[in-house]
Amino acid sequence: MNTLEILFYALSAFAVICASMVLISKNPIHSVLWLILVFFAISGHYILLNAQFLAIVNIIVYAGAIMVLFLFVIMLMNVKKDNEPQKKLLTKFIGVLAGGSLLTLLIALVKQTSQLEGKQVLMKEGTIGLIHPLGKALFTDYVLPFEISSVLFLSAMVGAVIIGKK
Amino acid sequence: MPIQYYIFFCLTLFSIGVIGVLTRRNAIIVFMCIELMLNAVNLLLVAFSKMYHGAALQLAPQSTAGIDAQIFVFFIMVVAAAEVSVGLAIIVMMFRNTHSIDINFLNRLKN
Repeated sequence: MNTLEILFYALSAFAVICASMVLISKNPIHSVLWLILVFFAISGHYILLNAQFLAIVNIIVYAGAIMVLFLFVIMLMNVKKDNEPQKKLLTKFIGVLAGGSLLTLLIALVKQTSQLEGKQVLMKEGTIGLIHPLGKALFTDYVLPFEISSVLFLSAMVGAVIIGKK
Repeated sequence: MPIQYYIFFCLTLFSIGVIGVLTRRNAIIVFMCIELMLNAVNLLLVAFSKMYHGAALQLAPQSTAGIDAQIFVFFIMVVAAAEVSVGLAIIVMMFRNTHSIDINFLNRLKN
């Protein structure tokens, strides 16, 4: 087992454990903190795949901006952890069963797929994840979606202000 | 690393997100589980992009095949940021009206 595999397994196990803790923990603030750890693990995976630009953007946008927004909202609402509404035990059990069935079904499907046999993911090599090729593609082939996304941001900003203003 | 391992890992993260949406009633936790699912899909897109890039590199050393998936992930992050700002504003408005963030309150929309 080489270093890459050890890192892959360690990051995967860490991400899955933290994602489970997001669901298990009762306090919403703890859930946010566990989710931030999941995002850091996913950024580690991006670095393993040599997608350095996406790793940095993932940390800045998700762990930095979006999760801080979540924390702000939770602290603004001052939600007590003991009066959080709980679903019935049967509903929870059925939910876990449904999610587990989905996982089992999809894993069985992937295991059967012959097209994926022997396909390798290129790790720690290749330059497409660096900022120079990505920026070139973004501002030549994808310049129209880029401009449209700025309009999307403007509309989201206006919408958030209007909804929040009451 | 075989692509199947990445698929299994991302499927696990995605299923954890699905279970969270199905079992929790706190609107913010449900929202966070949706973010978790988005991230699982993002990671899988990057893994597939590196898979195709690796295959194309053997044919042409200067190839940039597979860069579209990473641009796609970038746009998914952009849309997710916009979605979160509007969604959290809706949750804050809901909390202001009802003083709870129970997702079952939204049942009333169905009539």
